[in-house]
Amino acid sequence: MIPKISSSEITPKSVYLSRRDFIKAAGVLAGSLALTACGVAAPETAGPTSAAPADGTAKSDEKGSPATSYRDITTYNNYYEFTTDKAGVADLSKNFATRPWEIEVGGLVNNPGKFSVDDLVKKFPPEERIYRLRCVEAWSMVIPWVGFPLAGLLSAVEPTSAAKYVRFESIFKPEELPGQKEPWYPWPYQEGLRLDEAMHDLTILATGLYGGELPAQNGGGLRLVVPWKYGFKSIKAIVKIELTAEQPATLWSSIAPNEYGFYANVNPQVDHPRWSQKTERRIGELSRQATHMFNGYAEQVASLYDGMDLAKNY
Amino acid sequence: MKRDFAGHALLQILVHLAGALPLLWLVMDFFTANLTANPIQAIEQRTGLTAVSFLAASLACTPLAWLTGWKNLTQRRKALGNYGFFYAALHLLTFFILDYGLDFAAIWGDVGKKAYILIGAAAFLLLLPLAVTSFNYWMKRLGKNWKRLHRLVYIISPLVVLHFFMAKKGDFLRLSGDILQPLAFAALVALLLILRLPPVKQALLQLKSKITRGAAV
Repeated sequence: MIPKISSSEITPKSVYLSRRDFIKAAGVLAGSLALTACGVAAPETAGPTSAAPADGTAKSDEKGSPATSYRDITTYNNYYEFTTDKAGVADLSKNFATRPWEIEVGGLVNNPGKFSVDDLVKKFPPEERIYRLRCVEAWSMVIPWVGFPLAGLLSAVEPTSAAKYVRFESIFKPEELPGQKEPWYPWPYQEGLRLDEAMHDLTILATGLYGGELPAQNGGGLRLVVPWKYGFKSIKAIVKIELTAEQPATLWSSIAPNEYGFYANVNPQVDHPRWSQKTERRIGELSRQATHMFNGYAEQVASLYDGMDLAKNY
Repeated sequence: MKRDFAGHALLQILVHLAGALPLLWLVMDFFTANLTANPIQAIEQRTGLTAVSFLAASLACTPLAWLTGWKNLTQRRKALGNYGFFYAALHLLTFFILDYGLDFAAIWGDVGKKAYILIGAAAFLLLLPLAVTSFNYWMKRLGKNWKRLHRLVYIISPLVVLHFFMAKKGDFLRLSGDILQPLAFAALVALLLILRLPPVKQALLQLKSKITRGAAV
């Protein structure tokens, strides 16, 4: 006979997670003691309240800019589905389940299907991509994502010749994402890319951060990362990907079409009615720095827009 | 009479406490690294929100005094307005010094021509003479004109609300985006201005005397 285990005897996730954090912290502490004993400073990883899944190395992007701290990345989040208060997202999303996570891929494809993130990472091994993220609000970060190129998944579902665009849709669950109860937004969040943008090698689906799992506040279970576009294009908590013939509507361009276009490429020459797009503040730094065309990825992506008027197609 | 004096002093203390607390709180949050990962933006937003709150509070004094008959309230308008100016000045200084490092070429060539910045700047420039003439010396010297001058606040407050709307992500004409806070202030300021319209004020006072007479009978 199988003994009955009452649910109260099962260790809650928060408890075993905090145990893991404790063990991890103990390990880091022991390691740093050993290092300081040899006169070597321990690599700085996270703030006191965050358990950074650190893999111990100092990270920087290809231009040598250091990665933003795990603490800043996970406590300063533009995620209106939870709250417009960037510092409040981490707390409000702490019970949001990012596993198991399933997405539906369909539309103009030969092999539509449902995929769990656990299956996806087996099929498309994630790699680390350290990207700059430039928010339309003129702040930026350098983020060590873990993810795989979207192109792999799209190729697997075989877009038909009629497919020209990719539409992404976020989760809609107002009971868990309180911001979705606000009537001022056409939820769920949706975004779109042209098929060639979606197939570009820089475009990834992220499943992790700093070598660990992708926290809920950063878009877990699964998010898009398109590093040459303003941050709002990189849709979080994706549950649906659809190949379409027509350019899909996007959340911010339906709210304020004169401010947010479909392309939203980082472009210091195209003005925004509110924020400076010529300069940006890197989180953790005090002075502003110049914003670069396509967020510094012009060499890789400029050819996607040959012959296009980027002031018109903002 | 004695009791009224105590009430007067208490109200004065409360106003100055309310004026000092947001700054103390901000300084404390600064030193405890509690201003998000983007502290300059947080200081800009908090000083702005505090400024518009004090402007609304100063506008609320007069209608509240009519309704409650508590004349002390009207004497606190000036202090509340001055705190509004103080936080607006901090808001502006944060923008010029912390955010743009006094790089005026960058400000003018970049954000300086944006409508919401110009509207905010206009509101501040109009507020400046009110703050300067808030001393008793100017009150006496300007006589009736003092009151006329200070009616500029009826123009300033809608400008400030408009600046607030435009600084948020969204489109207030379509009632979409991050508009809840500015919408709340717009409703409050509109109400406080409408109550001042002579027919509205009269109707309100009539209603009030009816109610108090009813209570007396």
